Amino acid sequence: MTSLTNYLLVSAALFAIGAAGVFFRRNAIIIFMCVELMLNAVNLTLIAFSQFLGDHSGQVLVFFVMTVAAAEAAVGLAIVIAIYRNKASTEVDTLNLLKG
Amino acid sequence: MNELIPYIVLFPLLGFAINGLFGWKYKTNPIAGVIATLAVTASFVVACMVFFNMVGATEEHRVLKVTVMDWISVGKVNVGISYLIDQLSIIFVLVITGVGALIHLYSMGYMKGDPGYARFFTYLNLFIVMMLQLVMADNYLLTFLGWEGVGLCSYLLIGFWYEEVKNGDAAKKAFIVNRIGDFGFLVAMGIMLVTFGTLNYQDVANGALSMGSSTAITAITMMLFLGCTGKSAQIPLFVWLPDAMAGPTPVSALIHAATMVTSGIYLVARSNILFALSPATLSVVAVVAICTALLAAMIGIFQNDIKKVLAYSTVSQLGYMFLGLGVGAFSAGVFHVLTHAFFKACLFLGSGAVIHAMHHEQDMQKMGGLKKYLPITYWTFLIATIAIAGIPPFAGFFSKDEILWKAFSQGSVLLWVLGALGALMTAFYMFRLVYLTFFGKERFDAHHHPPHEVGAAMYIPLIVLAALSILGGFLGVPEILGGGETLHRWLEPVLGAGEQLAAAHAGVHGEGMEIPLMAVSVGIAVVGILLATRYYKSKTTLAENERKIGGFYKIASNKFYVDKLYESAVVKPTFGLSNSFLYKIVDVKIIDGIVNGAAAVTGMLSGILRRLQNGLVQNYAMVIVIGIFALIGYILMF
Repeated sequence: MTSLTNYLLVSAALFAIGAAGVFFRRNAIIIFMCVELMLNAVNLTLIAFSQFLGDHSGQVLVFFVMTVAAAEAAVGLAIVIAIYRNKASTEVDTLNLLKG
Repeated sequence: MNELIPYIVLFPLLGFAINGLFGWKYKTNPIAGVIATLAVTASFVVACMVFFNMVGATEEHRVLKVTVMDWISVGKVNVGISYLIDQLSIIFVLVITGVGALIHLYSMGYMKGDPGYARFFTYLNLFIVMMLQLVMADNYLLTFLGWEGVGLCSYLLIGFWYEEVKNGDAAKKAFIVNRIGDFGFLVAMGIMLVTFGTLNYQDVANGALSMGSSTAITAITMMLFLGCTGKSAQIPLFVWLPDAMAGPTPVSALIHAATMVTSGIYLVARSNILFALSPATLSVVAVVAICTALLAAMIGIFQNDIKKVLAYSTVSQLGYMFLGLGVGAFSAGVFHVLTHAFFKACLFLGSGAVIHAMHHEQDMQKMGGLKKYLPITYWTFLIATIAIAGIPPFAGFFSKDEILWKAFSQGSVLLWVLGALGALMTAFYMFRLVYLTFFGKERFDAHHHPPHEVGAAMYIPLIVLAALSILGGFLGVPEILGGGETLHRWLEPVLGAGEQLAAAHAGVHGEGMEIPLMAVSVGIAVVGILLATRYYKSKTTLAENERKIGGFYKIASNKFYVDKLYESAVVKPTFGLSNSFLYKIVDVKIIDGIVNGAAAVTGMLSGILRRLQNGLVQNYAMVIVIGIFALIGYILMF
């Protein structure tokens, strides 16, 4: 039987990979995928705890996260395409319209 | 009777409100004048009702007090909008509303067609309100409110024709010079609060009586007198009054001759016990007064502007009133206020009629021979001139002579001699004025636009005031001439205590000299008139004789260089200081520096901070994560 710690370690590793990707990659689509990775890391943690505690609400929450992530992916992709049409690039360091 | 008193103030206040709010609608329509005149007339009627009721009452019932509302209530100090009508203030109220109503009536003719017609009457009504506050108040602070209010109205009315810069300058001069005096009044109130803890007239007087002579009382009275030198145009603050003639002539008559300028006399008379307790201040008052009377009379001799002569004459007559106060004869001073209000208002209104007829020419060198064109103006003017010159039995004789007699008996022989000299000059310059204006050859172009007599609205006040100039003196015929000294006895309950105190300090001498001195002063007045007749009656060209006098003429016609002295000693340094230091250093360097510096520092700091906001989402995410780590670290460590 795999112990809770192993699940948590995998989850932490996934989250860290995702976070590093968000911070250091330039391509908006990769960043986007990394966000998904972080969400899945969290999902994994939720399921692991749910199993460990014998409480099913954690698993229910995972469905919510996946639903929101799917919706977010749809909206996010639309935004990325709109940016690409305007800038002919999805490199995030060329997008600094938010600066003060 | 008490419930009637607030109405005295209410009517002009209503007139002020109506004309002030709706005046712009009816512009030059005479309705504004009718409203204003009726308002003041109504208050005069009410004042008369109150007065006759007082006359009918026994002496202890003649002091009426009304509290309209509480005003300032701090700790033990309690100052209300409350009125004190007694024998002294009712005299002033009658003069203000009575002469005021006549002058309002006159103004309806004088200001006809002026684009500021409604504005003029608004100011005039406000002035009456404020002047009534001044004399009816039962405490110094409410008096001060009126005192400042009349100063404001004086300023507004001097600069009434503001299109001309010199009128605005004259208004500013009056306002600024008066601020210096008002500073004295304020300081006096401060000392009063510290010393007596009250500003109520009667409480202050009682406090002073129980305290006796002291430095505090001397300080209070000196400071009050400083206020009076401003308002009543005494040395050293008299320079504004002649310039104030820039205003419309009815204003000169009402404010700058009959009412406001006498408020200094009112204040001293009202504070008679304080002044009587301070012989030092009384001496200062007497000396300043006689110097003012003489200086102004000397300047008046050589003025060629008809209104300027009257202005200097007013300064000089105010000097006489203060001389009366200064020797402790408070009721004599008030008596002269009363008679002076009649004849000087008449003179000013007469000069207004002349100016009106001459199409706003004020220079007497361009007049002459007006007697046949303006008979009513001439006769009323002549009556008022005789009154001011001091020929019995006209009003000015009795009041001026009482002052001179008191100066002799309670002051000194020197004061009498100087006062008599002033009387000589008064008779001289006033008749010079009459001769230059109404006699001799016509020095104007009569074919072009011949002078015309004024309308009824203007000559009725002239006639009434001339009548009062004849009869007014009989209120105070001295006992020695078989008179009852009606006014003196009437004022006795208010002024008597102060007069006795002052007389106790001064002592009375010169028994049996009253009649001879009277004869001498009448003789002096006649000499003055004869001299003026000799030099001016039939002269065609003016000032030939005057220039022959040489040096003195030069000094006196330049007003003893007092204005020039102020110009170089006060005005120029102030401008210089303002320009070189206050403007170029304090304003531009320091104040602008601070303001611009604050902006520059903010700009610089934000320049640093804006680099954090580079618009890159990843940066923001990184900052958030660093923040989270810092927060977790902080929580774990502590």
